[in-house]
Amino acid sequence: MTTISYPTFIRRPNEYASGIWGWLTTVDHKRIGTLYGVTAFIWFLIAGIEAILIRIQLSQPEMSFVTPEVYNQLFTMHGTTMIFLVVMPLSAAFFNWLVPLQIGARDVAFPRLNAFSYWAFLFGGILLNFSWLIGDAPNAGWFAYAPNTGVKFNPSNGVTFWIIGLQILGIASLAAGFNFFTTIINMRAPGMTWFKLPVFIWMTAVVNVLIVLAFPVITVALIQLQFDRLYGTGFFNPAMGGDPVMWQHMFWLFGHPEVYILILPAMGIVSEVLPTFSRKPIFGYSFIVFSGIAIGFLGWFVWSHHMFTVGLGPAANAAFSVSTMLIAVPTGVKIFNWIGTLWGGSIKVNTALLFSVAFIGMFVIGGLSGVTHASPPSDAQQQDTYYVVAHFHYVLFGGSLLGLWSGIYYWWPKFTGRFLNEKLGLWHFGIVLLGFNLTFFPMHWLGLDGMPRRVATYPEGMGWDVSNLVSTMGSLLLGVGVLIFIYNIIYSNLRMPKNASNDPWDGRTLEWSIPSPPPHYNFDVIPEVKYRDDFWYKKYPELVDNTHGGGSDYEDQENHEVDHADIHMPDPSYYPLFLGLGLTVMVGGLIPFTGHWVVSAIGLIIFIWSFLGWSYEPVNG
Amino acid sequence: MSNISATEDHYTSTGVDNRKLMMWIFLGSDCLFFGSFISTYLVYRNRSLVGPYPNEILDIPITTVSTFVLLMSSLAMVMGLSYVQQGRQVLGRYWTLATALLGMVFLGFQVFEFTHFAHVGLTPRTNIFGSTFFTMTGFHGAHVTFGVIWLLIFAFSRLASSFRQKMLIFASFLSVVITMVGIMMTETLDVIPHMPFSLAMTVTIIGILGTIGSLYLLRVPDTEPEKISKEEENLELAGLYWHFVDIVWIVIFTVVYLVSAKDGAPLL
Repeated sequence: MTTISYPTFIRRPNEYASGIWGWLTTVDHKRIGTLYGVTAFIWFLIAGIEAILIRIQLSQPEMSFVTPEVYNQLFTMHGTTMIFLVVMPLSAAFFNWLVPLQIGARDVAFPRLNAFSYWAFLFGGILLNFSWLIGDAPNAGWFAYAPNTGVKFNPSNGVTFWIIGLQILGIASLAAGFNFFTTIINMRAPGMTWFKLPVFIWMTAVVNVLIVLAFPVITVALIQLQFDRLYGTGFFNPAMGGDPVMWQHMFWLFGHPEVYILILPAMGIVSEVLPTFSRKPIFGYSFIVFSGIAIGFLGWFVWSHHMFTVGLGPAANAAFSVSTMLIAVPTGVKIFNWIGTLWGGSIKVNTALLFSVAFIGMFVIGGLSGVTHASPPSDAQQQDTYYVVAHFHYVLFGGSLLGLWSGIYYWWPKFTGRFLNEKLGLWHFGIVLLGFNLTFFPMHWLGLDGMPRRVATYPEGMGWDVSNLVSTMGSLLLGVGVLIFIYNIIYSNLRMPKNASNDPWDGRTLEWSIPSPPPHYNFDVIPEVKYRDDFWYKKYPELVDNTHGGGSDYEDQENHEVDHADIHMPDPSYYPLFLGLGLTVMVGGLIPFTGHWVVSAIGLIIFIWSFLGWSYEPVNG
Repeated sequence: MSNISATEDHYTSTGVDNRKLMMWIFLGSDCLFFGSFISTYLVYRNRSLVGPYPNEILDIPITTVSTFVLLMSSLAMVMGLSYVQQGRQVLGRYWTLATALLGMVFLGFQVFEFTHFAHVGLTPRTNIFGSTFFTMTGFHGAHVTFGVIWLLIFAFSRLASSFRQKMLIFASFLSVVITMVGIMMTETLDVIPHMPFSLAMTVTIIGILGTIGSLYLLRVPDTEPEKISKEEENLELAGLYWHFVDIVWIVIFTVVYLVSAKDGAPLL
């Protein structure tokens, strides 16, 4: 390598650095994936504690465990954290780890941008949660309906923290969306055409398209709300001609695709786990792929089903009701695909598979209760009751989180080289499933019986006491299940041998063809792909005839000895970290609490400095 | 093959450069960004409770001129990119500068319009027309500003091979600015008192002569049309971005200055 002279601010670290600097400057997709996973898990614990506090408050009628003000902050931050700081980044952890490995690439298309996404996510999340420390957390719900969020009704800083935090998280998600979609389009191994991609990659592609198209909408809505609050514009202020319902439209136009952003990654994970442990190809590959695309597409035409009680008129309600029912079709198709995959397979039961199977069951329950709100008259009864809470926890916890856990158990040996303990895993699975159903199933009855959401307590004698107590017990049991999972991670790291082979599950996709954990360059030789589930047919060439009707055309590929020093990976960089920091300080300076133009100016300087440094850093690899 | 690059520049599944692909995806995303602002504007048409209303305040002729300037900047962008891709570095940089300059003129018009509106009494706080108008056009202006900075950085980074070329580019750039100033002076003769017509004409003529002269001297071919570098490929990205921002302006111009120009008090 010849050294090129370039204007420099800090010298770029040019090795695969170790230690803390290695992590701070990393651009390696695997390390970034790990950072995403660990950070999101910490926020999962925080949001889980918030949930348990909510449940303790609701365990008995007329409880005064927390004040109504704190209760509002708790449910707002629980929802916001779980959606933006837990499920999305946990999915991003899987995108980071798996997209390059499954498409046969050495890294994502823009490694530094990838690191920037992580740092912006981290700092944005810290800024959002910083509001707890000043005792002024957001309290308007994760949907932040106007005019409740207006400065007139909500003069505290909480909502401003929420707006600014979400803006930064949105930028992080957008950057990641551009990056992963480009990666999937452009970095596939030779021969890996679109219809040879693993289903997980397909779902990732759909999710990232949704991110790229849905986040600008919430960005604009947040800008408008921020201007209303800070600079006195009138977007959601009827006194100036604005309209609070406009916020609902903008929010749900983003918010409904967001729902699919949360669930589709888990669907992709399940579509990888089930075939492996059934030892069968996924049933109806094209159906499952096109259903995913259809969900992503139809997800744009259903937003007003969140607003059936607003009074948009019978025509709008009917149209959105039909489109909402329509979206159940591709979702149902997927359920049958997964059942068809299991059907007749040589099933190997373990924790990963159990989580996937539980995902199917729980998601069906959540999906069915979801279809019941698709009908406006029925929805009018359910709106703002615990029935809705039950529904979306069945799809988000019973769906997304169980799916993500399945993925964690499935890919843990690939990520770390160690297995998670199966016995602990089974306990974790059992207790979580039981606790989950105890927590959320009674909410169906509570909701149909009229118990309203978002109210800090309820009077005695409504007949809600037992169900609420059961629900609270269930949430504590869930907490125990999560503790077992944490113990399992610690146990795996301390006690389990680092002995995972390349392919411990007899897997089907490319990541199982390389060592566990993978070397930082991933593939010695970029694989050449001939079939869907290519690695499977490389292992079992005799199966090729049956599925494709042609003879095996794998030549014996010689094992080239590759000099690893020649594989040139992108150098680490400081700038993503500083760019994320600069962005957060700059935008954070707009919040009246931290707020001073000096703070913003310092942030702007850091931002410009790192932006220029980034631009002039030599692009090598 | 001494180096196996991780993110191989020469091989992509589609054959399209990664950065260009990402720019297209970004522009798709930006469509939704501006789409949201424009929809908000349209939804809130005729809903201002107090004036000034659009029909009292919008100046279509002036904005037509600034729109024309922005459209011409797209032409300059095409010229710049074309020269850079032919390896004619200097002319490429020159036209890039011209693009940035035209963008700045457009921004000048916008600053003028904003301050004028503020003087007449329309701010984002006045009414819903002000809120929607200023945020939508303001964020468009921010996009133009970013594009101008990008083009300026491109134009001045490793500007040209020799000192002479650098000076010539600078001189021609300066001449164009002087020309513009001169033209503006002639236009504002009746506004600014005591400005002799001869001064305005002199400035304009100096500018025009300087522009022609420096362009004439710049016509010498570049040293060697070498291989297009990575930075120069970036100009194509800037071009995509610039044209996109122009198209957005055409939509905004249509929506604000043509469709809603006659909007007045609320239709209640």
